[in-house]
Amino acid sequence: MAMEAQQHQHTAPTGFIRKYIFSLDHKVIGKQYYFLAIASVFLGMVLSWLVRIHLVWPNVHVWGLGALSPAGAPGGVISPEYYLSLLTIHGTLMVFFVLTTAPQAGFGNYALPIQIGAEDMAFPTLNMLSFWVTFLALCALVSTLFVEDGPPISGWTAYPPLSAVGSLAGPGQGMGQNLWAVSIALFCIGSLLGALNFITTTVDLRCKGMTLMRMPLTCWAWLITAILSLLSFAVLFAACVLLILDRNAGTSFFLPSGLLVNGQLQNHSGGSPLLWQHLFWFFGHPEVYIAIVPGFGVISHVLSVFSRKPVLGYKVIVTCLLAIGFLSFTVWGHHMFLSGMSPYSGFLFSIPTLIITIPATIVSLLWLGTVYGGKLRFTTCMMFALGFVSVFVTGGLGGMFLAQPSLDIFLHGTYFVVGHFHMVMGVAAIFGMFAGTYFWFPKMFGRMMNERLGKIHFWITFIGVYCIFMPMHFIGLEGMPRRYSSFVNDLMQPLMPVHKFMTIAALITGAAQFIFLFNLFWSMYKGPKAPENPWESTTLEWTVPSPPPFDNFGGKHPVVYHDAYEYGDVHNGKDYVMQTDPAGQPAKS
Amino acid sequence: MATLSPPVTAHVPQTGKHGGSSLPPVYGGGGDGGRGDGSLDDGSRLRRARLGLAVAIVPIVMLFVAFTSAYIVRQGLPTLDEKNHTYVRDWTPVTLPVALLLVNTGLLLLSSIAAELARRQITRQAALAPVRSIPGVSLGPGKGFPWLGITVVLGAGFLTGQWIAWRLLAERGFYLATSASSSFVYLLTATHAVHLMGGLFVLLYAATVSLLRKPVEARRIVVDVTAWYWHFMFLLWVYIFALVWFVR
Repeated sequence: MAMEAQQHQHTAPTGFIRKYIFSLDHKVIGKQYYFLAIASVFLGMVLSWLVRIHLVWPNVHVWGLGALSPAGAPGGVISPEYYLSLLTIHGTLMVFFVLTTAPQAGFGNYALPIQIGAEDMAFPTLNMLSFWVTFLALCALVSTLFVEDGPPISGWTAYPPLSAVGSLAGPGQGMGQNLWAVSIALFCIGSLLGALNFITTTVDLRCKGMTLMRMPLTCWAWLITAILSLLSFAVLFAACVLLILDRNAGTSFFLPSGLLVNGQLQNHSGGSPLLWQHLFWFFGHPEVYIAIVPGFGVISHVLSVFSRKPVLGYKVIVTCLLAIGFLSFTVWGHHMFLSGMSPYSGFLFSIPTLIITIPATIVSLLWLGTVYGGKLRFTTCMMFALGFVSVFVTGGLGGMFLAQPSLDIFLHGTYFVVGHFHMVMGVAAIFGMFAGTYFWFPKMFGRMMNERLGKIHFWITFIGVYCIFMPMHFIGLEGMPRRYSSFVNDLMQPLMPVHKFMTIAALITGAAQFIFLFNLFWSMYKGPKAPENPWESTTLEWTVPSPPPFDNFGGKHPVVYHDAYEYGDVHNGKDYVMQTDPAGQPAKS
Repeated sequence: MATLSPPVTAHVPQTGKHGGSSLPPVYGGGGDGGRGDGSLDDGSRLRRARLGLAVAIVPIVMLFVAFTSAYIVRQGLPTLDEKNHTYVRDWTPVTLPVALLLVNTGLLLLSSIAAELARRQITRQAALAPVRSIPGVSLGPGKGFPWLGITVVLGAGFLTGQWIAWRLLAERGFYLATSASSSFVYLLTATHAVHLMGGLFVLLYAATVSLLRKPVEARRIVVDVTAWYWHFMFLLWVYIFALVWFVR
């Protein structure tokens, strides 16, 4: 760390490896994280396609799958166990390598130092290390697809005893589950290094005039997310260490005595599978907010820019984000209402779960208030920001039902939960990432993205996600259980047409993402050149060329005179005041 | 330890929104402790490194909080007795080699003291470095007592002592998977040892760069931060020892 502090004054590297591979530059590392997430999200999406296809056409031959896993999908037909394997890798990829990396480590790494007027992160070498550790973690996870007995089948939550007894428990539970545990442990280390950097940078590297309350809300969101990561990933790391020991060293942290697995008595004594659930969800619930809070930041920012109005209730939003961060550590038990916990505990966990909806609701209303009466500019970025508000509120409403133990006992094992968390955490966070991409792309790559393609992408995605995840709520209410690989000759047969509809919607919505991918790479090379400040935004990243020079400000040291969101009052033909504008008049309330 | 940046006060009426002001504040916004030309002075570097350390200690604390909660929960957990179908408590306390562990604690305490003396020594050297560079000024021999080396040796002594303690535990029949209590003893001590080894490598690095005669200001930051980390490691060990001793 001390060495790091000295290395901060680094000069621009010239060699390819130091410039693009093992780069210390936060902008390159941010892009590396971003592309890691893009690769993961497309792989995860293809896995979800396979899952959806298997659900409605269980006997269909999937080309190439037989070669990838002769045991899991003989002849390309997915076996029930392989269905669970695909589900596990889909969940793990999406939660860890997409929702945790891109919004925070991707955009945060890229934009945070520039937005607060710093040349780089506080500890560039640790920053580089955090990316490469995360990359190793991804390699370990993806390699489970290629090991002999396939990926683990115990889901992204890896509940013991299934996850802790080894290959006896089913395909993928040997080497696959070990690789999973190592991957997640590595991911924890990468995230902790990242969080350390984010906090130190935000506290210590702000430029002159950049008081905490002048920071863009994106920076607040990244700071709060980093604090959540710092506190929660260490606990998940502890859980992974215990799991690895149980699996490989014969300990009994999570394995009870008298455990029969496939007819064989296990030589373990006295552990508790519930211990894993507590440790996992103590991490797992803050993780939900680690995924979504950076989205809150981006959306607050973007809505203000494209409404040409100051953010409504800046201080209130900051307070609400802090409250959400704090409360997220008190609600983990709501994932465990079915674990046999005392009804009193269930009640205790239910109360903060319901309370946490209050700051989330306040923030949502403030977004609407920000947009209300503004001169809206319907760019693709703005559409995704508005879409975020929509899917977040829709998904969040489901949470009100699930927060109550009496309802959750029925709904927990059904598609209602799948619909809820995909909407509120998955889709909303992805919409935040899309908004971030369309917003910062000009800065990151020096070119503009195609708006027409962007709008097509938005509308198919927006309608598509409602078609996929809204029906899940209803079939969940009907009692359709999740995690089942198929419903052949089942009492759930009457609901299969709904499943078919969702699968077709998923295929179309997924295909639309290739429009985005095309737009991304095509615009990177062929898009029109981006001006310095294409969105007429006020924050510091728009005062530097697109893309910014190596040290961000070209040797200058920005001084901040204004709040981050001074829009609306016209002076000298401009309806906004740059944060660095010494002469600009502050906007009137 | 690390201090956060002072709150900013603007000496003008607040005309901007959200608590900001329309004119530049008198003081820097964040940790802008630089000299205004972008290069960091050593004080700022030290402050940043200390802040980084303070933040880095948080997840280490959380790691041990997680282990501790697992320890306490596991200890109170009843186990189903197969024969009688009754719940029994199966926690068998580990017979710890207390005398040896006390010696180890002493070694680590001395090591921590040596680290503190090394820290103070190098702080003094760094403060005197500008004076020393004046021609004709002599402040006696530049090299002081090798406190850093002593810290490393005592730290290595502690780790060796822990290794011997493990061997003694094994001789008494307590292996990693023998019982829940022994699993936790090995887990806690090994995790602490791994963290200590990290510090040891940094100290070795600091000792090496001191041989290479790097500028004393640069070495000072390494030594300072590692010394604080070392004190934390000592306190952590005392905590672990107390936990496995008192919560048997």
